[in-house]
Amino acid sequence: MLNKKECVAMLLAGGQGSRLYALTSKIAKPAVRYGAKYRIIDFPLSNCINSNIDTVGVLTQYQPLVLNEYIGNGQPWDLDRTFGGVRILPPYQGKHRTDWYKGTANAIYQNIDFMKRYNPEYILVLSGDHIYKMDYSKMINFHKQNNAEVTIAVIDVSLEEASRFGIMNTDENLRINDFEEKPKKPKSTKASMGIYVFNAELLYKYLEEDEKNPESQNDFGKNIIPEMLKNDVRMYAYPFKGYWKDVGTIDSLLDANMDLLNDESLDIFNKNWKIYSRNDPYPPQFICKDAIVKRSLITVGCYIKGTVINSLLSNNVKVEKGAIIKDSVIFENTVIKEGAIINHSIVANDVVVGKNAIIGEDKENSSKIAVVGEGFNVLNNQRIEAGEIVEVGNKE
Amino acid sequence: MSVLGLIFSNIHNKEIFEITNYRTIASAPIGGRYRLIDFPLSSMVNAGITTIGVITKNNYQSLMDHVGSGKEWDLARKNGGLVILPPYSNTINDEVYNTRLEAIKSISSFINHSTAEYVVLTDCYHVCNINYKDVIKYHLEKNADITCVYRECMKEEDCHFPVNAFTLDEDNRVVKMELLNGFIGKINDSVDTWVMKRELLQSLIIESINTNYHSFNRDILSRNLKNLRVYGYNFKGYFGNICDLKSYYNVSKDLLKLEVREELFNQPGHAIYTKVRDSAPTKYGDNAKVSDSLIADGCIIEGEVKNSIIFRGSKIKKGCVVEDSILMQDTIVEENITLKNVITDKNVQIKYKKELCGSEEYPIYVKKNGVI
Repeated sequence: MLNKKECVAMLLAGGQGSRLYALTSKIAKPAVRYGAKYRIIDFPLSNCINSNIDTVGVLTQYQPLVLNEYIGNGQPWDLDRTFGGVRILPPYQGKHRTDWYKGTANAIYQNIDFMKRYNPEYILVLSGDHIYKMDYSKMINFHKQNNAEVTIAVIDVSLEEASRFGIMNTDENLRINDFEEKPKKPKSTKASMGIYVFNAELLYKYLEEDEKNPESQNDFGKNIIPEMLKNDVRMYAYPFKGYWKDVGTIDSLLDANMDLLNDESLDIFNKNWKIYSRNDPYPPQFICKDAIVKRSLITVGCYIKGTVINSLLSNNVKVEKGAIIKDSVIFENTVIKEGAIINHSIVANDVVVGKNAIIGEDKENSSKIAVVGEGFNVLNNQRIEAGEIVEVGNKE
Repeated sequence: MSVLGLIFSNIHNKEIFEITNYRTIASAPIGGRYRLIDFPLSSMVNAGITTIGVITKNNYQSLMDHVGSGKEWDLARKNGGLVILPPYSNTINDEVYNTRLEAIKSISSFINHSTAEYVVLTDCYHVCNINYKDVIKYHLEKNADITCVYRECMKEEDCHFPVNAFTLDEDNRVVKMELLNGFIGKINDSVDTWVMKRELLQSLIIESINTNYHSFNRDILSRNLKNLRVYGYNFKGYFGNICDLKSYYNVSKDLLKLEVREELFNQPGHAIYTKVRDSAPTKYGDNAKVSDSLIADGCIIEGEVKNSIIFRGSKIKKGCVVEDSILMQDTIVEENITLKNVITDKNVQIKYKKELCGSEEYPIYVKKNGVI
């Protein structure tokens, strides 16, 4: 074969994201809206292209329709290539076996043939659950310099938080000698970010062995990494500094959105590290007379007559006269009718919020977030309490 | 039915020389995120025209940068798609074309190679969302040889002079064409958009080469009104006519009207596409105060903006008041500056001057990359 890629990225995007409730009823978690104009998966995909990695396999399983359509041929991320580019990899029927992806490792295992087509040196395993900007090429350089066989990106977390993560214990040269999944008494604060670089041949070998073991849960954190450590594989921790956030829950999703307004550490305006996304052909946003817009992120197609404070509005959101949106996130094509009040809430796409409806509670009074699912019709004067989650086909 | 689109990118450059000093009129920025060529290009694509030649003459770097391979319009095709037609000069006198007819002559090999049955020709100085499907349907219904698109306009509206005015009979057949340098009342103003069979265009080119004709309107259309069935198609939608800096300013201000934006941008199946810049969403600061303004993505707005159009990537800092102004891509307005009736071109920085005030009749224009 003439062509060859140094590195192939495998992006795990099959997660259901069940703790996002109504927001992931119809779409996979990586396709969830974030930061007004993006979807979560835009971040790892943009990181790949910005790191000069142009071959990405996206492993999908749960509700793949929107995600498949969104990724398409990869053109928005410059991943439409004659050799390489982005490929959607759903589970498939084989001659000898037909399986859903049983775990993260099994998903990669089922696509060994895909990786081998590119004859790569390294396999980069990513997850589609996090918001961060990272130059993977630096991590691969680190991997090479240390003559490592496996490199795992880690981020410093506080000691209290450490028991929520997979924790890497290393020697002074950052070589990993121990790994603990959600330890009660963490020995270090280096949390795994779920980003791995493997020497390709080594990974194939371990995946094949793991598959033969009927006891295995076919998971990287639970099986592959411990097995490698047992065999003294050269495994290093690559320390990452910068913004990194898991957006697996309603609270963390809202928090991560608010970070774009309040935290300077995630800079989406940097022209040298653009976050790409698929664009709809909407005209620019229009802010009407008497509208109030403060401390907010708003994107194309929005039409605002009401008040928007400390909030993020996706494509084509209409905010009518007298409506108030505060501390909230609104997804695309949603209409907020006259006099409606939305406070500390996430309102998904294609929702109609009726006149004078009230959603959520001021965050001073309640820490709970109200969530309105895709396509829901909030009636005039309807009250949706803080902490309530409503969606079509459920409590309508 | 296969249709070939031809867009003239340069014909009207001289009339709006400020903005076209660095670019073709086709690539003049408009409406926060668009270039003028986005309108005819998108309208053609929306009408199912998938082979489009863009005729250029000079300063077309920015145009090429903007349209690229044509992928934003789905025109990056193996068969047809977008073709930039650079100027052609013959080796003897080394001159490129001066008139529309000479431009068509110079691309005759492109027209001859096409297999399309019909040709739509148009210009880039208008802001409108014209449905070419309707125009072609009308052309067939009238069994016309040439269909000319016109709009009814009054003197007080923006008319570039001279205008090509049509006199029509009761069936809307063009019986007379005249070049007017002034008029009273209502006229049928040609918007320089035509539909005809490709074969007819070819034979007209040959005729004009044989007879050394120069002007499309005068020598081709006007002369042939008796021999050919030339019909007028009345375009009734919004028509922003850009012919000088003032009309550029006025048309831009029209885009602040809801009904104009709805017609131009929000008709299902008739979207206007443009080059994607992958800007971040626009960020409004704690002190932002915005009203009646069209604001593109990628801006950071911390000051006051009124009745204005702000293009992608602009920054308006604290204490600023921007009123009745148009700020093109990546304009930076530093703290505590007041702008009124100002047009800034790309990459302008307003830094030292604390106040810039033009008038509605004569807006101040700040040239590309200017620092004042």
